[in-house]
Amino acid sequence: MLEFARWKYVLVAIVMVVASIFALPNVFGEDAALQVARKDRAAIADDGRKAVEEYLRGQGVSFSRSYVDEGRLMLHFDAVPAQLRARDLVNENFKTDYVTALSFASRAPDWLRKIGLRPTPLGLDLRGGLYLLYQVDIAGAVDQLLEVYEQDARRALSQQNIAFTDVIRVTEGSERPNGLRVQLPVGADVGQVRGVLRRLWPDLTITSFEASSGPIVQLVLTAAQIKERQDYAISQNLTTLRNRVNELGVSEPVVQRQGLDRIAVQLPGVQNSAEVKDLLGKVATLEFRLVDTQNNVSEAVQRGRAPFGSKLYDTRDGLPTLLKRDIIVTGDQLVDATTAATEQGPGVSVRLDASGGEEMLRATRTNLGKPMAVVFIEQRREEIEVAGEKVQRTVKEEKVINTATIQGVFSTNFQITGLGANEARDLALLLRAGALAAPLFVIEERVVGPGLGKENIEKGTSALLIGMALLFVFMLVYYKTFGIVANIVLLANVILLAALLTVFKAALSLPGIAGIVLTVGMAVDANVLIYERIREEIRNGVTPQTAIAKGFEKAFSAIADSNITTLIAGIVLWALGTGAIRGFAVVLSLGIATSMFTSLLGSRALLTLMYGGARRPAKLSI
Amino acid sequence: MELFKSNSKIAFMGSRKLWYALSLTLFLVSLGALFTRGLNLGVDFTGGVTVEAKFPGEAQPEILRRGLEAAGFEDVQVQNFGSSRDVAIRLPPPEGKTADQVRASIETVLRQVDAAVVVSRLDVVGPQVGAELRNSAVISLIATLVLIFIYVFLRFHAWQLSLGAIIAAIHDPVIVLGFFALTGIVFDLSVVAALLAVIGYSLNDTVVVFDRIRERFEANKRLQPSEVLNQSVNQTLSRTIMTSLTTLIVVVVLLLLGGPVLQGFSAALVVGILIGTYSSIYIASAVALDAGLTAESLFPTRKKLAIDDMP
Repeated sequence: MLEFARWKYVLVAIVMVVASIFALPNVFGEDAALQVARKDRAAIADDGRKAVEEYLRGQGVSFSRSYVDEGRLMLHFDAVPAQLRARDLVNENFKTDYVTALSFASRAPDWLRKIGLRPTPLGLDLRGGLYLLYQVDIAGAVDQLLEVYEQDARRALSQQNIAFTDVIRVTEGSERPNGLRVQLPVGADVGQVRGVLRRLWPDLTITSFEASSGPIVQLVLTAAQIKERQDYAISQNLTTLRNRVNELGVSEPVVQRQGLDRIAVQLPGVQNSAEVKDLLGKVATLEFRLVDTQNNVSEAVQRGRAPFGSKLYDTRDGLPTLLKRDIIVTGDQLVDATTAATEQGPGVSVRLDASGGEEMLRATRTNLGKPMAVVFIEQRREEIEVAGEKVQRTVKEEKVINTATIQGVFSTNFQITGLGANEARDLALLLRAGALAAPLFVIEERVVGPGLGKENIEKGTSALLIGMALLFVFMLVYYKTFGIVANIVLLANVILLAALLTVFKAALSLPGIAGIVLTVGMAVDANVLIYERIREEIRNGVTPQTAIAKGFEKAFSAIADSNITTLIAGIVLWALGTGAIRGFAVVLSLGIATSMFTSLLGSRALLTLMYGGARRPAKLSI
Repeated sequence: MELFKSNSKIAFMGSRKLWYALSLTLFLVSLGALFTRGLNLGVDFTGGVTVEAKFPGEAQPEILRRGLEAAGFEDVQVQNFGSSRDVAIRLPPPEGKTADQVRASIETVLRQVDAAVVVSRLDVVGPQVGAELRNSAVISLIATLVLIFIYVFLRFHAWQLSLGAIIAAIHDPVIVLGFFALTGIVFDLSVVAALLAVIGYSLNDTVVVFDRIRERFEANKRLQPSEVLNQSVNQTLSRTIMTSLTTLIVVVVLLLLGGPVLQGFSAALVVGILIGTYSSIYIASAVALDAGLTAESLFPTRKKLAIDDMP
């Protein structure tokens, strides 16, 4: 008997309907689009959107659609010239607040986007763009930390008037320096030195022993502490790169940690690698300064110069501010900055090193109740026109990112309050982005031109379509009616695969497309196994219905088995592969799963509908 | 339509010495080519620079090569890539130069030849990354083989079958590698991906044949092993060839239309599928037979108290 449980029909139907909806965004194509984002990475509000829209309309630039997506304003255009003009206009008029990026946006209707469905993102080899792989010098991060420790130790000992012979970095059971050694003259008070060091670093293990030259106090970072420092260096560099990539105004950039000590940066559409590398590697830092409350800001602005001992700054919002020339603490002394919930609302917890802590203690003790400002300084490359020629120059930009009243006396650990939740997050990011915890260098670089990307898409798609068409004809000729069923199932398989890729947001690369093509060829296998079994059963003389039922039954173990071996290869590839190869592995593995589903359940459902129940066909067209 | 007679009775086992000789020859030639010629490793594995450029008219690789050598580059390879207007330039890892300097000097040379040239792709892979990718490629090949060996041992209850499958699983990728060594097609990461797919895929066919062998032995334990194996290969022949054919159709289309980037990948698959199909039909079962596979090895007669856990 040929039967198929009702719940299985329902399951197949539901899966296919859901899959079709998920795969749907991929069929609409793309518009030329302009992406507008706030420089501070906050979401664009309605009034911001209206301002941009009205300005563009006023300038006679028409756009076909506009909406805010993930906090960024997307404007669709019918043609590229309008897109370019809009970019220039927005860049000119909203220079201080917004960054723009040329991109492509899906033409899929709004309701799809609103339920979170987007087309499968395309890899760099299909879109064109720049790929950079940075090596983070994590050993350098530890060196940098030890250097700070050494300075702190010298300063602390001198301040306590403790005589010491030297403070040196030591290598204890490792290839690179991992500890600090304080050499003391004969007869020195070891306990006192240990006390000073313990106050500086309560978390570190301090040991002491006698050498011929005199007592030695030593601290060695544990493997865990070194790892912590290295992790910190990488996560901080990641944050720095993310912030800077954001500043580039590239749509859909990817900055991610790769392996232990690498950072991969993908910038779709970017071609000029020299400029980008320069921007990403640029130096930025920050300073804490007291606000000059004795002098009048507007007076200084009018006179065009600040009074003696002060300096004129702009805030992020463009408001002038007068700050004292003396710096309390600089970004070099910053150890960490994290967001924190405080009694006064969201804030940022800042941790300084010992020297920074001391300076801060002194400054806050004498300036209680007065305002203090955080200044963000960065050097950037800028293109200017000099006598008709474009010239690159480095510009130093200083901006006050926050002013707050000193509420109490503090040193190494303090909080900056009076911020919104987004502001606090951004400030912590900016503060951390200020100083690089470890040097970075490029070890791999790939640039794909936009023309090549387009060519790759066309070639991949045409191979897929023609391959499928040939398969359809072949199956139709070889298996007749059953061939039609196989073809429907194959189509369902591609839809399911597209849906899964959309759900997993796996970037589609050229090897990924090749994976789909290969999967299509291999997915037929399950049907072939079943059909050959059915033919065999018919030759053995059983009724058509029994032949179908038995064909499925007997082919099952072979189908399951044969897919496992390919799945093993897919999983290994995924585990060890990178980038595009991973894409291929994902497609291959998912394709195996979808082809199992469609051939075992989908094709069974169709065949039972056609030949099952009371129909009892006398002959099968196979 | 049927390509094969439903009752084909080809004596695969009888002619196995011939196929062993063929396989051994292919295998040794492949190994020889691998050791003498070696693989034409891509930038992924060696580290170095690859530039692809598109000229408005006919590209002239020879002039380009001389130009680059005059600019101080050594070991320059310039080839047409896909069409007569496209060229691919490969250089060893630049020493003492940054990627940007390399890029700039290559672009200068290209512009001198034709000012309207477009650089469509530029890859700079550090030697360290190259070495790592090479390592991970080797590891993934070995890991796949080991995992598949484990699977094969767990899956087949007779070691003779496992041996047949493993020999086929080594046979196929080595011959594909030999093909790459002989033709000098660039061997890059995507070819490794194809190679792993081939290992998995070729085992596919073998597993199906072996399943049938078990079924036949179960149905008739008195038949000669060589007869059972012949029957099994014959009965699954139609399926084995059909599946390979459908996959070959799409892979050949990929080779012809997928463009130069996918050339190595598709070539590896085409050769791998052909070899894999051949080894499942002629080699895997024959090895099991010569290893002494009998009904007894699959269905051992047990003492009366023992519970038979065979399906």
